[in-house]
Amino acid sequence: MLRYLARKLFIYLLTFIVAVTIDWAIPRFMPGNPVDALVSRIALMPDANAALTSYFIAAFNFDQPLWQQYLNFWWALFNGDLGRSIMLFPTPVTTLIGRALPYTLGLLLPSILLSWYVGNVIGALAARRKFLDNSVLPFGYLLTATPYMWLGILLAWVLGSTLGWFPLAFGYDQSLKAEWSWQFFGSLLYHWVLPFASLFMVALGGWAIGMRNMIIYELESDYANYLMALGAPQRLVRKYAFRNAMLPQITGLALQLGAVVGGALVTEIVFSYPGLGWLVLSGIQNQDYFVIQGVFLFIIVGVLLANLIVDIVYVIVDPRTRVGLQGDAA
Amino acid sequence: MLAVSDLKIHYRTLAGSVKALDGVTFSVADGEIMGLAGESGCGKSTLGKALIRLEERMMYAGGQVTLDGKVLPIADHKAMNPYRFRHVSIVPQYAMSALNPTRRIGRMIDELLDARGLKGSTLRPELERRLAILGLGPDVLGMYPIELSGGMKQRVVMVLSTLLDPSLLIADEVTSALDVASQKKVAGALVEFRDRGYVKSMIVVTHDLAILAQVADSILIMYAGKLAEKAPTRTIVEAPAHPYTRLLLGSLPEVGIRFEEKRLPGIKGRPPSLLSPPVGCRFRDRCPLAFGKCVEEPPFVEIAPGHQVACWKADAHAQG
Repeated sequence: MLRYLARKLFIYLLTFIVAVTIDWAIPRFMPGNPVDALVSRIALMPDANAALTSYFIAAFNFDQPLWQQYLNFWWALFNGDLGRSIMLFPTPVTTLIGRALPYTLGLLLPSILLSWYVGNVIGALAARRKFLDNSVLPFGYLLTATPYMWLGILLAWVLGSTLGWFPLAFGYDQSLKAEWSWQFFGSLLYHWVLPFASLFMVALGGWAIGMRNMIIYELESDYANYLMALGAPQRLVRKYAFRNAMLPQITGLALQLGAVVGGALVTEIVFSYPGLGWLVLSGIQNQDYFVIQGVFLFIIVGVLLANLIVDIVYVIVDPRTRVGLQGDAA
Repeated sequence: MLAVSDLKIHYRTLAGSVKALDGVTFSVADGEIMGLAGESGCGKSTLGKALIRLEERMMYAGGQVTLDGKVLPIADHKAMNPYRFRHVSIVPQYAMSALNPTRRIGRMIDELLDARGLKGSTLRPELERRLAILGLGPDVLGMYPIELSGGMKQRVVMVLSTLLDPSLLIADEVTSALDVASQKKVAGALVEFRDRGYVKSMIVVTHDLAILAQVADSILIMYAGKLAEKAPTRTIVEAPAHPYTRLLLGSLPEVGIRFEEKRLPGIKGRPPSLLSPPVGCRFRDRCPLAFGKCVEEPPFVEIAPGHQVACWKADAHAQG
């Protein structure tokens, strides 16, 4: 077990280093120069511009060779410093992320977990009721094939624009001040509904279909047949089938996490929702190296952590992985 | 004592119903191990399964099964349930994968027994004793199926299936997936369980006549959904009366003969489609002895005590 964990941790560490390196490199491959953009926005006299440009270049260490910048980046990272935003200079990137993170987590966690749970329940029910199977499943296929942003736009158009039931954009009513009040909280919730619904619905279909197929597969498996031949009641056979069908769903949850983060980015952009997705979009538009780096770093860490947790959970719920480990260690 | 009369089981397919079991009548006495043999698709496995649990696509089409004087409601899924495991039990063909992979074996057995209204803990000593008979320690109950070898799993399944001392055990191709040494152990275990009275009578379904020669008291040969011949093992091996049985035995390799010089004879042709089986004897197209009368269906008649055959020419052979 320890050996297994150590090996897993090593792989995750390796992945982390590679991913962070790519994360550092990608913004720097973008054409253009963020300092020019920043300086031209300030729009001073040509002389002052030149001075300002060299000041900013020195301030962001862009005058150093790339390898030095790379090492600086790692050094800063270990000190918890993600640099300062260029577009909102001099706000630290950590502050920007700290501001955006609650919105993204508030969207992602409920939509991932709820869709997973509800989807599994619907799928398990569909596996045993013909009526549900014939009605819910086609709808599930439709949902899971829908791109996040398309469903988002559709929801915004129907429920927001046409019916006017929900607001079209932003995390809360822009006329309110961000504070701990019921009114603000209500507004938050009100603005949260549509982006949440679009993420939830797309994920829901996939989970329901997966669970339904797995349960049917398990109910036709040899051990289910044997138990039924020995007169075991449906309850016991279904219990086993459900438990075994859950295993791939748990793996699926880990694999989906990456995709859902991507979906959240797009959804946030559609609804101008002030989460990480929105932040990264403005970062890209303004060539803000440090914001892009910082947000992606967060996503990398999030996905790796989620996968690690699922790896550990899997060892607990599936004895076969445990045996595999022993064989491996021997 | 098991008595089957005129049992018919059909498979539902898009093309129509396949008459996999087309009116079979036979009985198995208490203490008898009956081998059930025939080539693939002859209905032997269907017969074995029909006696305990009809699969979804299997359709009961007539006939009656009585076990110890009581009629088994094989067509009624629910009514049959009380008989399963307690009175009729099965060691399935897929014994290697018959145990839930994510439960410790002992816990799975306890859960099954509890679900059947029995107390797992009171049966535990007997369970361990029987495992020991087959050379398995009580520690296997704390293991997951994946930790056991194929032969061990097979033995666990044998012990579990017979734990409630059923009157009838169906052993479906139990030796097919095993190496020769394990085959021998399993065959020995079948006889041992019968001798100890754990199982009253047994139907051993297989295509392996060599195994049957070791364990079976009598052998029932099936062909294309019908019975061909039933006789004590010795009679089947030494004086088979049905031409199909003879050809079947003739296609087995013999010890001491090198088959480099001599080709093993097979049986030419293929069994008829059971979607719309031909009238008369179903073997007649492949039978070297076929004659005019074979367009009529031969009855399954006793030609000697305990020896039944469905062939118009059987009498002549038995005497000749």
